[in-house]
Parts: sequence; C-alpha cells; structure tokens
Amino acid sequence: MSIQENGTVRENQALSHNIFALTIDAPRICALAQPGQFVHITCGDANLLRRPISICQAHDGILKIVFVVKGDGTKWLSQRRAGDVLDIVGPAGHGFDMTRLGEKPVFIGGGIGVPPMLQTMQAAKAQGAQPTAILGFRNADAVILEEDFQTVGTVYTATDDGSYGIHGFVSDVLKEHISEYTSVCCCGPKPMLRALATIAEEAGIPCQVSMEERMGCGIGACLVCVCSLKKENGDTRYGHVCKDGPVFDSKEVQW
Amino acid sequence: MADLRVNVCGVELKNPVTTASGTFGFGHEYADFYDLGTLGGVGAKGLTPEEQLGNPAPRIAETPMGILNCVGLQNPGVDRFIAEEIPFLRQFDTKIIANVSGHTVEEYVGIVEKISDADVDLIEMNISCPNVKCGGLTFGTQPKMVEEVVSAAKAVAKKPLIVKLTPNVTDIAEIARAAVSAGADGLSLINTLLGMRIDVESRRPILSNIMGGLSGPAVFPVAVRMVYQVHQAVDVPIIGMGGIRTGRDIVEMMLAGASAVAIGTACIADPMAPVKALQEFEDFLDSHGIASAAELTGALQL
Repeated sequence: MSIQENGTVRENQALSHNIFALTIDAPRICALAQPGQFVHITCGDANLLRRPISICQAHDGILKIVFVVKGDGTKWLSQRRAGDVLDIVGPAGHGFDMTRLGEKPVFIGGGIGVPPMLQTMQAAKAQGAQPTAILGFRNADAVILEEDFQTVGTVYTATDDGSYGIHGFVSDVLKEHISEYTSVCCCGPKPMLRALATIAEEAGIPCQVSMEERMGCGIGACLVCVCSLKKENGDTRYGHVCKDGPVFDSKEVQW
Repeated sequence: MADLRVNVCGVELKNPVTTASGTFGFGHEYADFYDLGTLGGVGAKGLTPEEQLGNPAPRIAETPMGILNCVGLQNPGVDRFIAEEIPFLRQFDTKIIANVSGHTVEEYVGIVEKISDADVDLIEMNISCPNVKCGGLTFGTQPKMVEEVVSAAKAVAKKPLIVKLTPNVTDIAEIARAAVSAGADGLSLINTLLGMRIDVESRRPILSNIMGGLSGPAVFPVAVRMVYQVHQAVDVPIIGMGGIRTGRDIVEMMLAGASAVAIGTACIADPMAPVKALQEFEDFLDSHGIASAAELTGALQL
C-alpha cells in the first residue's frame, strides 16, 4: 500500500553528467519499502504528472533514488538541494518475490535499470543468499554504483563499447555463468530483459523482470501503464506496471 | 459553516465534489488514502456490456498542464461491476455514479436497463468517448443520433439519467438541447478533447491509438465556457468537469452553471486532490460568507 509523505532532501550528488542520486528523509515510506518498488514524486508546479523512480535504497528512514535526467520533470528533480521538500507517494508497486531467489541469485541491471538492483541484492544477502551482480553500461562514463554493489557480493561490469570492464552485453556475461545461478532478477531496457529471460528460461531457472511504461496515477486507478501478459490459454491480458508490476515473472510477459 | 449539500436530479449529494469516470477506477486505490465518504459522489470507471481490454501501451502522453489518454474503455464489464464493485463502494457514505457506454443503440439500452436494477444512485451515459474506434463519438456529435440513443435509454432507465457530452462538436448547446428533449435528466461535461502528440525523434505518434483525449488544467477554460453555454440553453442539472483542480475552480465551474463537479486528471496527479479541493471550496464559502453551495449554481454576474 502506498502513502503520501513529504520527504526532506538530505543530499544531491551528481553521479555523471546526467545521472543524480538524491537521499531523502522519508521514514514512513522507507518503513514500508520492499525491493523492486518505486516512488512517485511531484516535480514542481509546471509538471502535472508525478515521476516514477525506482528505490535504490531505503534504510534507517533514508530513501535513496538514482535517476537520469530525461525531461523537464527529472531536470527539476536534479536541481533539488538539501532541505528542499518533496511530495512523494510510495512505496508503489509489486516488487521482487524474494522467496524465489534460491541460494545463488544473480541481479542484473542495464543503465538506469542498475539502481533498483542494489536494494534487492542487499536484501538477498540479508536473507542468507550469495548474490552476484551483472551491471551493464553504454560506456565508462555511464558506470554508476559499482562500488556499492561490490560491498554486497561478486560484481561483473560490462560496457557496450568495451571502454570499461568486460566488452559486451550483460546477456553475454549471464550466458557464460548461467550454470552458477539459481535465479535471475533484472531491470533495464526491454530488449535486454527479453534476452535475459530467454537465457534463464532455457536454463530452467526463475527470472523476474522489472518493466517500465508511461505511467499516470502510479497506484493502479487510471489504467494507462499496461503491460501485455499471457493468460493460461495463451490469450493476451493486460497487467498494469504500477500496481501488478513493475516486477513480473518473465514467463508471464507477452514479449 | 456553509451548507455544502447540492441536489442533482433529485439525488442529494452531501457536497458538490465527485470524481470523474475513468480517473478513479472503482475507488479501491484511493480508499487507501482517504475515506471515500468524504466526497459527494464517486464516478466509477466506464462500463461496457462485456469486458473490454482497451488499447495497448502507450496509453498516456503528458502535455503542458494536461494529459492525453487512449485507455480505450478497459473495464471488467457491467456484470462484474454489479457483483464485485458496488458492494465495495456501498461501504462508504457517498453516492455511486455508474458510467455506461455501448457500441449500438441496443447495447446502450441493454446496459442502462441492467444498471438501473443495480444499487447505484445516478447513471451517467457516455456518448462521447473518443477512444473506441466504432464507439460513442458518432452518437455524441450528431443531434439526431443523440436524440435516438438518449430516448431509447431513457425509456428503460429507472434511475436519473445523466448524459455526458463530448466537447468535440461545433455547437455544444445544440447537442445539449437534443439530449434534454430526448429525456436526459441531467448533463455532464466536458469529456476529453481529441488531441495528438508526436515523438519528434522517432517521428511516430506517442499514443498507440495515434489520437487520444486531452484532459487536465489545460482544458479548464474550455469546460467553463461549455458549461456556461449549456446552462444558458437547457434547464437540467449539470455536473461540470474538465481540468478542475482547486476549490476556486469548483466555485468557477458552479458560477458557470454546474450543480456539482467532477475531479478527474487532478486525481491522477495527486491522490488527495478531491479532498484538498473540497476543503478549499469550503474555506472559500466560509471566507466569503456564502451560506449554501447550491446558491453558486449559475450565479455568474454579466
């Protein structure tokens, strides 16, 4: 269940030229947050809709979000400073099912899909799993949060152009190591998620994917953020990313 | 403390604030944020005779102070609404406004007949949704079609029938007169304005359905104008809607001629929007020494 909370910004840190990390005092939302959920933030008077942003961390009443500046809303958010107050609704959505991870789960993020995997990987470790992360970025300049993941477990970092870490896609890394893992959790561009889901399904291990869609209310009422899912009889049904997701079982998704 | 009660087609609402169909689901999500009994009424998601899946994503595009949507009337069908949703909504001390659509006159008659026998307070008949390719738009834009579908529906309606008008017409007063002469007990307006956005990078439409309905504060002046014109043209209660966000917007819409209002897109931006607007409205009445909300209706000074 989501609540509304006015959170106070503690710190705004630029992680790259267009990626920012905000830490926010939001104790009520943090107390409810589960791995894979998101928050929905009002971004100034000029932007009507809230912006959905995944939770990177929620510990001790402090919410951390990491986002890329894409338009006017996220630009406004990137200009917040310590002491500014944000109107936040959250934690929203259905996160990762932590009972399906097994002993050796792998957490895979692509680009701005990397941040939500941190909280999820930490939660996996806390419940006794030995987690691995595979992080994919366009190039060396886009690499974020690598050191945070390294404090939790093994990390493979790949870049599309080979300018940092492994030269290649996260799917190449997964394919090479798939026999070591008991489950896959991932967030990133849809083609990446689809490729990862195929590898996991061929290996016969569960794969949970965090999806993205243009969103309205963020609580499941307006029905705009549809994701095509498979019914048991093969027909299409629509789930809503904000309430039924953002995390879905990869086998449910109509790719 | 002002008297907030208003009367819509013989049904007393405890205050003039309702929610606009399509932005509120069946209320479950908002009930997590506040007591739905705070509101005068709730406008439930639009219903069709059978379950409807709606359009694929993307269904929404943001625009300055507004949104375009092409949900396409996704709904579980009228029977599931009656079985599952009415009992939920009846837990709250508020009036239930069911919203119904059809693709043919026969479908409208069938669904109005069915919902009449259910435990709802008002029936809002959508003859204006621009989203469904073979749907309501034709009815709502031609006076003869409006008369035909409204008179057929009115013949079977056992609850007050409110006809929801589309703004995508040349002369809204002419359409309003057609609906009232065919027996509409009340009118609600405006539905969304047909619009379109294009992604200039991909050169493709943002919405899956190419076009969609524009709503939100951007359309508020259009809505006020049309409520004013309709109030001048006919003598039935009007539920005014279209971009209402604040208590002052409610006052303005009522001055134009609305007996009650519906808040829609503002709910999407802020789940607490109707409750905040109601409080602001109440504060406005008190600070201006207005004894009764109802006296605002049509009280525009020219």
